[in-house]
Amino acid sequence: MTAAREAVRPKTGRVEMRDIVKRFPGVLANSGVCFDVVPGEVHALLGENGAGKSTLMRQLYGMYRPDSGQIIVDGTVRNFRSPADAIAAGIGMIHQHFMLVPTMTVAQNVALGLPSGRGPFTDTKGVSKEVTRLGNEYGLKVDPDAFVWQLSVGEQQRVEIIKALYRGAGLVILDEPTAVLTPQEVEDLFTTFRTMLTEGHSLIFISHKLYEVKAISDRVTVLRDGQVVGSGRTCDLSQQDLVHMMVGREVKDPDPRPHTPGPELVKMQGLKAMGDRGLEALRGIDLSIRSGEILGLAGVSGNGQKELAECLAGMRKLSSGKLLVEGHDMTNATVNERFDRGMAFIPEERMRDGAIREFTVGENVFLHDHMSKRFRRWIFLSFDRMREHALSLVELFSVKTPSLEVPIKNLSGGNIQKLIMARELSRDPFFLVAAQPTRGVDIGASEYIHDSLLAQREKGMAILLISEDLDELRGLSDRIAVMYEGGIIGIVDRGSSTVEELGFMMAGVTLEQMRKDGASTGKACP
Amino acid sequence: MKGLFSLNVLTGVLNSMIALATPFLYAAIGETFAQTAGVVNLGVDGIMLLAAFGAFFVTLMTGNLWLGLLAAAAIGLAMGLIMALISVTLKAEQGVSGIGLYMFGLGMSSLLFKVLVGTVKTVQGFQPVSIPILSTIPFIGPILFNNSVLVYGAFLLVPLAWVVLEKTNLGLKFKAVGQNPAAADSLGINVVAIRYLAVCIGAILAGIAGASLSISLLNLFQDDLTSGQGFIAVALVYFGGWSPIGVLGGALLFSAVNSIQLWMQVLGVNLPASVAVMLPYILTIVALMMTANRARQPAALNKPFDRSEN
Ligand SMILES: Nc1ncnc2c1ncn2[C@@H]1O[C@H](COP(=O)(O)OP(=O)(O)OP(=O)(O)O)[C@@H](O)[C@H]1O
Ligand SMILES: [Mg+2]
Repeated sequence: MTAAREAVRPKTGRVEMRDIVKRFPGVLANSGVCFDVVPGEVHALLGENGAGKSTLMRQLYGMYRPDSGQIIVDGTVRNFRSPADAIAAGIGMIHQHFMLVPTMTVAQNVALGLPSGRGPFTDTKGVSKEVTRLGNEYGLKVDPDAFVWQLSVGEQQRVEIIKALYRGAGLVILDEPTAVLTPQEVEDLFTTFRTMLTEGHSLIFISHKLYEVKAISDRVTVLRDGQVVGSGRTCDLSQQDLVHMMVGREVKDPDPRPHTPGPELVKMQGLKAMGDRGLEALRGIDLSIRSGEILGLAGVSGNGQKELAECLAGMRKLSSGKLLVEGHDMTNATVNERFDRGMAFIPEERMRDGAIREFTVGENVFLHDHMSKRFRRWIFLSFDRMREHALSLVELFSVKTPSLEVPIKNLSGGNIQKLIMARELSRDPFFLVAAQPTRGVDIGASEYIHDSLLAQREKGMAILLISEDLDELRGLSDRIAVMYEGGIIGIVDRGSSTVEELGFMMAGVTLEQMRKDGASTGKACP
Repeated sequence: MKGLFSLNVLTGVLNSMIALATPFLYAAIGETFAQTAGVVNLGVDGIMLLAAFGAFFVTLMTGNLWLGLLAAAAIGLAMGLIMALISVTLKAEQGVSGIGLYMFGLGMSSLLFKVLVGTVKTVQGFQPVSIPILSTIPFIGPILFNNSVLVYGAFLLVPLAWVVLEKTNLGLKFKAVGQNPAAADSLGINVVAIRYLAVCIGAILAGIAGASLSISLLNLFQDDLTSGQGFIAVALVYFGGWSPIGVLGGALLFSAVNSIQLWMQVLGVNLPASVAVMLPYILTIVALMMTANRARQPAALNKPFDRSEN
């Protein structure tokens, strides 16, 4: 066994953060936060978008240095200068946005930065073996020789955890590890966590999904505006208590008023398109959406939802088929023509397709609108009017930002999403494609986004809601279409199907097959 | 009679191809290191010029070629440190700082030459060393195994660089820092240090490339001795898809055309000289257009790293 292997017995004791203060220009991200973890427990960290969770954890992982306060590992005060110091102290972190090198193999990503058993040469074989062994031990199956770009999001997540385990992390920080996973993948992940706990690891778990926090954690701490507003044992706190601490008020489930949708606005006929890897990603999609209707699109990620959204947005070429919007043929329309026709998009990859990282909040608000007459004075842009418009949107959607002048990359994930949503809705579109609009978004903001979607529905907008969150889909959609392997496997009306039925369809079983099987076996089990 | 004549020409063409490829190999392999780690150094030509002068001048003064070579490497290192300081630490636009470095090298080498040497002089450069037995192989022996040490070094550098980039931990770090510096940083890799190292390796090799011109191939110095070879070397990195093997292919292709062009002039083929000289460059542009494949390009090329931005 190599030297790296010896270190793998978790040996991190109690970790404590005391009175942590961290300031960014214009923001007090943490003000006097106390937080601790003991071996063998899961301590959940909750809070709205921008509450300061990631910032707190980055200090524990040595990426930022606290302005004041102490980090104490096993009774000694530590002063982490870089992640290398934190790793040496037995701390590992899985980041909100994955930290992998896509052009390298899994084994290479794991070996990166560590001394190798073969002197200057990378010990690819040895590392591969160890990756496989860790995978078997903790239920993290992944091919060590596959390139990371070939992996699904769930597999990439596993690589991240293996990276931490391989480095012998006793305490593993998990910053929203479940945000991008399917329910089944979350189950598997939790099984892994339980194995880790029995081996003596401790975990810090960040999530916006309260039932996950209830399911896995022993203790909870809630942050609001950079301060601890409550903490305690998970079993003593109900979901309502947690919501109350986080948001400071009650949050209700979406409740669409019944109403009759209007005429058909959008018609997709036999849409076909190729995916990134040269395989057919869409194999003939037929869907129609009526005015005032939310059509939900369910499916396990990678079954063509992303490609469909891109085709509708004009960012991916259709190989055949036809797209009609209000009777106009938009099959080959440019992105701009689509905007002009009243189409709007909330992309899944918001940092790549929805915003420009380096641009300020204000600039990102009028990205599309720079051509519009409203913001033009002769050939120049009218910055005053743009500012006014941006300010009103920031206020209306309560986007948390120190000013319009900060680069958007400094906002927390949820606030970026709110801003994109605000921008798209402010253009009064009549057809909106919303891909994973509440992924990584806190409860309060999710409620706000849901309410906005429902309000637009009542105003007669046609909405395609792509989501992996079945509760969200069932709560908002008038109809739900399920995608499987690039096609639509079934469409169900609101309230007419159970979560199980949707789950079966997502796994490729059609409604007819289900009814037949159900009839023949006569529905077993109570 | 005619057959003998063309065999002679072929030997000549191949001989000069090997020689001409030498500075490209050093410079382009060096640039491959820098770019793999995410830094485009457009100042290669400037480094080559100043180092070529340094090597020439030190050799002229001391008569010691190895001291000349050392001077070239030292000048390369110094200029590499400047480039790294500007583009990695101060996070300035890499293209602009590279051009600045080029202008500095161009002007400084010319100035020093005028002040310290003044007239055209030549030095006794590195002499061909024939390798026992191998050099007696008919035809390829004299071509491949009767060259100066710097030529051997250039060709040995290719497999060496390949092993470093593909097989070692250090190579892995170079790639990680060029593809996703945030990921490297999160594993405790010192992104700044690795980029400094890559830029400096590249600059030292660019310095040796300059020396290979002034104390091995041409054995003299004059204004703008490189006539833009450093820029071609940067293009070869793109052409070779950031791989030492690809760079070798590109360097050989470019030098082959160049060498044929030279021999055509020697043999008095009826082609205007200026057109002939243009050929290799036109070839570079065409080849770059045909091989343009950004898929392998380091994702963080040209992007400074700042931890606080994620
Ligand atoms: N590098 C930075 N520069 C400036 N401000 C920052 C930076 N990182 C975070 N902030 C600000 O600090 C605050 C806390 O951000 P943080 O990312 O910690 O929130 P979070 O609780 O993780 O939110 P989310 O749930 O959206 O991930 C936010 O207001 C954010 O805009
Ligand atoms: Mg966060």
